[in-house]
Amino acid sequence: MLSAPTVSVSVDELREIAKRIRAHIVNMVARAQSGHPGGSLSAVELGVALFWNHLRCDPANPLSPDRDRFLLSKGHATPFYYAVLAERGFFDPGLLGGFRTLGSPLQGHPSMGAAPGIEMSGGSLGQGLSFAIGQAIAGRMDQRDYRCWVLIGDGELNEGQVWEAAMAVPHFNLGERIVALIDRNGIQNDGFADDIMKTHPAEMFRGFGWHVIECDGHDMAAVDQAMSEAEKPRERPRCIVAHTVKGKGVSFMENNPGFHGKAPSGEQLADALRQIEAGL
Amino acid sequence: MTAPTPASAATREAYPFALTELVEHGVDVVAIDADLSVSTMGYQFGEKHPGRWLSVGVAEQNMVGIAAGLAATGKTVFIASFAAFLPGRCFDQLRTSIAQPRGGLNVKCVGSHGGVTVGEDGMSAQAIEDLALATSLIPFDVIVPADFEEAKQALVAVGHTTRPAYVRTGRPKVQGIYSRGYRFEIGRADLLRAGTDVTIIACGIMAGVALKAAELLAADGVSARVLNMATIKPIDREAVVRAAIETGAVVTAEEHQTTGGLGTAVARVLAETVPAPIAFVGVDRYGTSGKWDELLDYFELNPARLAAAAREVIGRKR
Repeated sequence: MLSAPTVSVSVDELREIAKRIRAHIVNMVARAQSGHPGGSLSAVELGVALFWNHLRCDPANPLSPDRDRFLLSKGHATPFYYAVLAERGFFDPGLLGGFRTLGSPLQGHPSMGAAPGIEMSGGSLGQGLSFAIGQAIAGRMDQRDYRCWVLIGDGELNEGQVWEAAMAVPHFNLGERIVALIDRNGIQNDGFADDIMKTHPAEMFRGFGWHVIECDGHDMAAVDQAMSEAEKPRERPRCIVAHTVKGKGVSFMENNPGFHGKAPSGEQLADALRQIEAGL
Repeated sequence: MTAPTPASAATREAYPFALTELVEHGVDVVAIDADLSVSTMGYQFGEKHPGRWLSVGVAEQNMVGIAAGLAATGKTVFIASFAAFLPGRCFDQLRTSIAQPRGGLNVKCVGSHGGVTVGEDGMSAQAIEDLALATSLIPFDVIVPADFEEAKQALVAVGHTTRPAYVRTGRPKVQGIYSRGYRFEIGRADLLRAGTDVTIIACGIMAGVALKAAELLAADGVSARVLNMATIKPIDREAVVRAAIETGAVVTAEEHQTTGGLGTAVARVLAETVPAPIAFVGVDRYGTSGKWDELLDYFELNPARLAAAAREVIGRKR
């Protein structure tokens, strides 16, 4: 067991951290004039509650073999991911300014090991849960009891590989080692998820033998509690379906498919930062 | 498991022996199959080392992702399936999860039943694209062993590197070429027969066919050199250059389409160094069912065709 350099902070503090993450997200995407703000803003509470209150990790020792792993399967949510890693102390927040620029370790989609804390490469969807299975099986072989938390988008659930992996997790009895987090924001690249390809995440995961916990993905206390629930010993693997809003925290991005992969203008950025600060 | 007679064994039969040898060498091996372990022979390793072997069901994409996760923790991971499905069914996963991270994760892909000699299963099972796919993955070594002994040594050799690799094995039992005294090296061609008029560069089952073609040519007074180019990537450039300088003409022979495999790799070396006439022998159409040896004739992967190609390419020498 990792000798828990995990921090533990109050829900109020988590909310303040979430504001800083949201500001990083819009700043990074605006500066790069490219990137994916919508699915980054929807995942903020999940990432903050996890990295500050649940993930057993040590930013000063990011490759500790006993660390819990966070695997970003929805690889386009890098603005959120990099901002969380920087704020949690894995690397200098100054690096965020290079997001998506030539030579920066912070590529548009994550490149494993390019910066501390980046556990796997991503960008081609559907691969994170499989990667987690490999890590979890290695943990069992090596008698290390780390846990793998995998963040998957709801659009990503269209990928068949997710379901190959979803059936394998209970088959290999990895319930104590893997938690799936579904960012159910209801929008994917081409539009609303229900129009592009309807999925029923909770029912589907239940059907594959998982214990499903549903929560409001923007209620920090509820997210924190769902993660505590997910950590309790239970035979079946746990899947948290977090009901979220794409673009959460910026009114003109909220529930707007146009901001899946589009940067705000300068004027929109100022407005977005005001709204985030006000905690709308 | 009892060792087959290397004099007549399939290259796929070498797989469990190589894995066992690696474990004995202290390599932290994990092997994964996707419901074809009775064919890849992975099950034999699973019986011997159950804690080091997994079956993931018919799910090649998941298999690659699991392999990546295991390799990221420091394991040496082997994954196996038919060459038609690995790399074919999971190419994107190989690219994103294995080839790109950290310059290439330590995962060895073993595509068994490569080429047309899978036989009766027909065209969908006959992999003639796997080498093109595998050679396009930047950090991958790509190897097509000619017989049981070379397959065993090649699998052990890739198990001792930390690079990703693709090794193709075959279904039919073939006449052995090498004895235990042979020393396989990644990236080194093996001279099977000396010659001065033309060089036949072959891999896999075609190495044995090339030797027979050289005998046909010898009967006509043509001196053919035969090189077994088991490693397609990184290719033995020096051996190719020497063949061009010393024999002036080259025939490539592979159980694969002539684009993207051995022939393409050899032609590139010639184009960059000592341009020489070259003829490509391979499989450039989809096939049919049949016995493996019937299929070799059906696709003209036989000594007569290689000899004809040699005569033709000699005629193009300046």
